[in-house]
Amino acid sequence: MTKASDSHKPANRLWNFFASVKLSVAILLSIAVTSIIGTVVPQNGAPEAYVEKYGKFLYNFFNTLDILDLYHSWWFQGLLFLLIINIVVCSINRLSSTWKIIFPKKPIFNMNQFKKSANREEWTQSHTVEEAKNLYVPYISKRFSFSRVDETDAGFKIFAEKGRWTRLGVYVVHFSILCLLTGSLIGSFFGFDGYVNIPVGKSADHVTLKNKGVNHPLGFAIRCDDFKLRFYDTGMPKEFRSTLTIIKNNKIIKQKDIIVNDPLRYDGVNMFQASYGKMPADRFTVILADVRSGIKYKKGGAIRRPIELPDKSGYLIFEQYRQNFRFNGRNIGEVLIGGLIPKTGEQKHIIIPLDSPGFDRMRNGRFVISVSNFGFKYYTGLQVTRDPGVPLVYAGFLLMIIGCYITFFMFHQKVCVELTSKGGKTGGKTQITVSGISGKSKTSMKTIVKRLARNLKRIQSV
Amino acid sequence: MTSSHLLSITTFVYGFAAVMYVFSWIFKKSMPGKTAVVVTFAAVFGNLAGIGLRWTESYKMGIGHAPLSNLYESLIFFALVIAILHLFIHFKYKLRMIDVVASPIPFLVMAYASLNVNNAIEPLMPALQSNWLIAHVMTCFIGYSAFAIAFGISVMFLVKSSTDGGKPGITGRIPDLATLDDLTHRMVTFGFLFLSIGIITGSVWANQAWGRYWGWDPKETWSLITWLIYATLLHARMMRGWQGKRIAWLSCIGFMAVIFTYFGVNLLPGLHSYQ
Repeated sequence: MTKASDSHKPANRLWNFFASVKLSVAILLSIAVTSIIGTVVPQNGAPEAYVEKYGKFLYNFFNTLDILDLYHSWWFQGLLFLLIINIVVCSINRLSSTWKIIFPKKPIFNMNQFKKSANREEWTQSHTVEEAKNLYVPYISKRFSFSRVDETDAGFKIFAEKGRWTRLGVYVVHFSILCLLTGSLIGSFFGFDGYVNIPVGKSADHVTLKNKGVNHPLGFAIRCDDFKLRFYDTGMPKEFRSTLTIIKNNKIIKQKDIIVNDPLRYDGVNMFQASYGKMPADRFTVILADVRSGIKYKKGGAIRRPIELPDKSGYLIFEQYRQNFRFNGRNIGEVLIGGLIPKTGEQKHIIIPLDSPGFDRMRNGRFVISVSNFGFKYYTGLQVTRDPGVPLVYAGFLLMIIGCYITFFMFHQKVCVELTSKGGKTGGKTQITVSGISGKSKTSMKTIVKRLARNLKRIQSV
Repeated sequence: MTSSHLLSITTFVYGFAAVMYVFSWIFKKSMPGKTAVVVTFAAVFGNLAGIGLRWTESYKMGIGHAPLSNLYESLIFFALVIAILHLFIHFKYKLRMIDVVASPIPFLVMAYASLNVNNAIEPLMPALQSNWLIAHVMTCFIGYSAFAIAFGISVMFLVKSSTDGGKPGITGRIPDLATLDDLTHRMVTFGFLFLSIGIITGSVWANQAWGRYWGWDPKETWSLITWLIYATLLHARMMRGWQGKRIAWLSCIGFMAVIFTYFGVNLLPGLHSYQ
């Protein structure tokens, strides 16, 4: 089997395509460029908002290309998938072809490389080569992971090296990216991301999933015992604090106050303080002012509970509370919306603003309806997530930092200390040449050679 | 003296140092250059003291937090890191030209912060009340600073390579292209490591505060875009042997992305309501 015929096989051509760094650069830049689009066009918005902003045509165009949910689109995920294949193929390719060169059974020192190296220091001193060798070898073998002494015609050559393993740093970085992408896949398959609003005093045993909008059971209940809002003197919010209790099979399992940076974790599910809001309290007072007699009737009211009208003339029912309501193009603030069901005649739709008690006069009915003693209570908005991919992602984070450090700031260094006798092997002076090579950092190698030379000179003077 | 006074004075000290460096370079005198180094040290000290003072002032106001929480505070820190990196390069490489390019950056950053940015000490909003704030902001800005200096060197490279480098004029005094190229690469690798740590700490923090480590928020996305551009630079250089002009251009593009991540993102729709 020859190499030439290999490269013509389709499988090999495909392999070589995925093994190219050109492809890596192309993928990295494609991800960068397409990501920009997602920061300019708002993501996952309401269709109406898009049509208003871009027009129907552009909206349809964006929708077809999945630009409105770009980072989850098939083609963006496809780019990430291509990146995975590219990284795996590149790593296998390079490691299998260079492993034996990088990690031979015995390190090879090519004297020609040392001779060519510009990183060298030379000096002469008054030891014999034998003495110099005995002084330097212990020092060098202590500071390098591998060292070897070769005898030459005129003396010795001490070869030493360290940091060979740092050549693997770049693979650690690439492996870390695989960990990140795999971790995020695990998260999207086996995890969930939902939210739930729980009024103070109530509990919830399911959440609404963010992207699908469906309910997801938790297997336990979260009860909100309290919600407190604190402000700075400037009026800026200082703290949102919810007191939560986890209840399973009618037993209290866990209790904790959560704030924005301190979630509650239980059974792999994390509960985060995400938002809050006001909601109507259970009870309020309904005032029915009889226009003809001037009598004011006061009744206890509650949402969705029918209130009997005076003289048994019918029922009043409030269906819902709204924090903001637009009436004839004007915001009239908080309202109760409901219906008036008279014994005879047609049912009437009513809107009762909490702030203007005379508003219902407009309706020209028998009663002017207003509401007072309308209390509020808070609800806490929780983000509830489960992500089994997180440990793998965090491992990826750690590996990436370690790998980048190894790749950029550590390197494989080889040195050669040549001891040449000046005037016979047993007497006279020794000329010492220190030179060093490194696959990567030439300027750092220069300082390493200088430092080694300085330290070797020092040994001699002791 | 309040921290804002101290930092205003520091701005001028940085400016003074920059002028001295330029003077020393144009007239080929070493004396002003040496004085400029001492002045830069004074400015760095003033900058550091200003940050420390601001920190204690916030505690006196009862809203104590590390001064890394808004645009003004980040700019002040940015200037400090650039100045420290500059001093480091100054002593390690002894290239006068680098002084000329690097020294005005802290001055400009500080001047912009003092003139255009609200410098009131404000309380921390709930989302920012975390120890991750310090780690995240510091590592990001160390990365940004390294990229800023790499950008300065790359511009110098492009200026020199587009004119005839052998002439004894202004460009003749720019260090040789190989040194600039090597220095750009070193700054980019240093910046890349810190940008990575910055994104990672931000990610872990987001998971702590919002329950997700990545949410494709514009600021997150732009930091990733920046990361990808520099990753491309590193691959092109290490694997394809790109050097010189092409690397210098990529370094410039990368720094544009840094600037956009820092400032431009405020113009885009997203969750980051703070700078």
